[in-house]
Amino acid sequence: MIKNHPKIKELKFTLNRIFTNPSAIIGFSLLLFFIVVAIFAPQLAPPNTKSHNPYIVPHEGFSATPKQPSAEHLMGTTSGQYDIFYGVVWGTRTAFKVGLFVVSIAALIGVMLGVIAGFYGGLVDEIIMRFVDIVFSVPLLVLAMAIVVAFERDIKYVIIALIMVEWRNYVRVMRASILTLRDQDFIHAAKVMGVSDIKIMLRHIIPNGIYPVMVIAFMDIGSLVITASFLSFLGLGAPTGYADWGSMVAQARNYIVGPTGEMFKYWHTIIFPGGCIILFVLAWNLIGDALRDAFDPKMRRQ
Amino acid sequence: MLSTHKLVNILQAYIIRRLFFLFFVIFGVSLLVFTIQYSYGPDRRAMLYVDSPQQAKDIPELKKKYGLNDPYPVQYVRYLKEIAMGNFGYSIVAARPVWDAFLHYLPITIELNLFVVPLFIIIGIWLGKQAGIKRNTTYDHVTRILAIIGWSLPTFLFALILLMIFYGKFGLFEPAMLSANIEAFILDNPDKYIKYTGMYTIDGILNGEFGITWDAIKHLFLPVLTQVIVIVAILMRVMRSSMVEEISKDYVITAQAKGVDSKTIFNKHVKRNALIPVITIAGQLAALSMEGSIAVEMIFNRHGIGNWLAHAALKLDTSVIMFMCLFMAVIFVVTNLIIDLLYAYIDPRIRLT
Repeated sequence: MIKNHPKIKELKFTLNRIFTNPSAIIGFSLLLFFIVVAIFAPQLAPPNTKSHNPYIVPHEGFSATPKQPSAEHLMGTTSGQYDIFYGVVWGTRTAFKVGLFVVSIAALIGVMLGVIAGFYGGLVDEIIMRFVDIVFSVPLLVLAMAIVVAFERDIKYVIIALIMVEWRNYVRVMRASILTLRDQDFIHAAKVMGVSDIKIMLRHIIPNGIYPVMVIAFMDIGSLVITASFLSFLGLGAPTGYADWGSMVAQARNYIVGPTGEMFKYWHTIIFPGGCIILFVLAWNLIGDALRDAFDPKMRRQ
Repeated sequence: MLSTHKLVNILQAYIIRRLFFLFFVIFGVSLLVFTIQYSYGPDRRAMLYVDSPQQAKDIPELKKKYGLNDPYPVQYVRYLKEIAMGNFGYSIVAARPVWDAFLHYLPITIELNLFVVPLFIIIGIWLGKQAGIKRNTTYDHVTRILAIIGWSLPTFLFALILLMIFYGKFGLFEPAMLSANIEAFILDNPDKYIKYTGMYTIDGILNGEFGITWDAIKHLFLPVLTQVIVIVAILMRVMRSSMVEEISKDYVITAQAKGVDSKTIFNKHVKRNALIPVITIAGQLAALSMEGSIAVEMIFNRHGIGNWLAHAALKLDTSVIMFMCLFMAVIFVVTNLIIDLLYAYIDPRIRLT
């Protein structure tokens, strides 16, 4: 019985679509790699003492010149003698924190507002959507910069600032998918049967209209990690010495060109943290791309 | 069929409605921007008027003098009045009023985008069209993967890597706007080089100094390349899916059945229809390209508005940040207005709703 339930069949079809897509397979393997690194960070790069904050990268001395990779420092050290390997490993946790926190909270706020606007319509809809119009007209990076300068330098303020900007992405999408659902027969039927508004929203509207939001959310994790690392690169995000890929790239900025004769001498200072940003973002974008193909009703059956 | 007279009326009403919306959004953004600035607290804002450590003791007086402790609505109305008179405050980083500094830095950013915008539109649409026509072939898969990699590249990182390869390895394209000797020439000969637009490429031609133009173009090469590659990746995918959707429509099958050759079908019918949704994205990407200049200008050491904003944010030069929020909002809303008008012009179904 349960095997032939249309929902199960549909889910199986979707999962099949996703996992036969090569870009999804590459994306999920990359993501799995980063998840493993993030979980086993204390084992891969053990912090010095138990008392101090593990996100602070240990450094030996203050010499500005980076050191080459060696047995002691697997990926060498960057300017200020911060251990790159340690920073890259713990930076994975930072990247997950930023991406997942911002997107999940922003999506929650955005979806709620979108559902309310779409379901009730009228004045409520007008107020919410005009507010979204206003917030939407300032680009993400500029608005996030304006908010983040109000705080001191810390990664948690970057997260807060990005949430305050990011929620707007989901309202319009959710509302649009509610509007197509609102007038369908099964919703009318539920209303006639006396199902409460909240239950209609939670049981019938959100599960049916959530797919476009999910695709955007996956894609946005990547772009948010880029924005957060750029803020750190500018010097508005994580402070120097914090395990964050963006601020590690900022530290390497003056060493992109080595001394005469050995132009790429300091390649490791930028390629390791920078490569991590690119691969991490790539993983989410590959998955998002595959999800879009799998969820898009126009494309999926072709 | 509608009469021309009626059509003009509808378009007029549409434009008036859109202009009204524009003012509403700008007003809203000013309120938003002011609220953000207000949240910095009176002490922080009083600091803006302080330019030496000795003056720091004057902060309580400054707060009183500029009314920083006044209630929120009073301060907001004052802020609106100042903006309406064109006074956007003083930029510490640029050491001059915000508006003057803005006019000084703007041409540099416009110059960059004069190259970026046409290039990404032409390349993006062409690549997307090809990928849409050759759907599910090797070409499609390769461009798809390149596009995903392209938009996974953070602009600032990509710029650094390009700089590392071209400047570090080959000693080409140093991060500056002009070579040192050309810059010296401009400083030494104020009579031979007159600043018309503030853009070196155009001023070079206007002054008959083609060496300057050529030098400026050489220095624009890497910044333009960085920005174009990242934006093309996005536009290309949009164009591709629009092409794919359009190709699957019935009129294409009809045309094929009639024996129209495929070149005519794709270029005359499919491409034109597929371009309609692409216009929106291309316009918005062009507006965002102004913002994208922040990373590029910073790394290639170009003194445009993006670089100014980045420095201002670090030095807590809040009047610059607030001004840039407003400016970007104006750019964004005006771009959207132009797109909508274009739409109404191209697609009659839209202006009637």
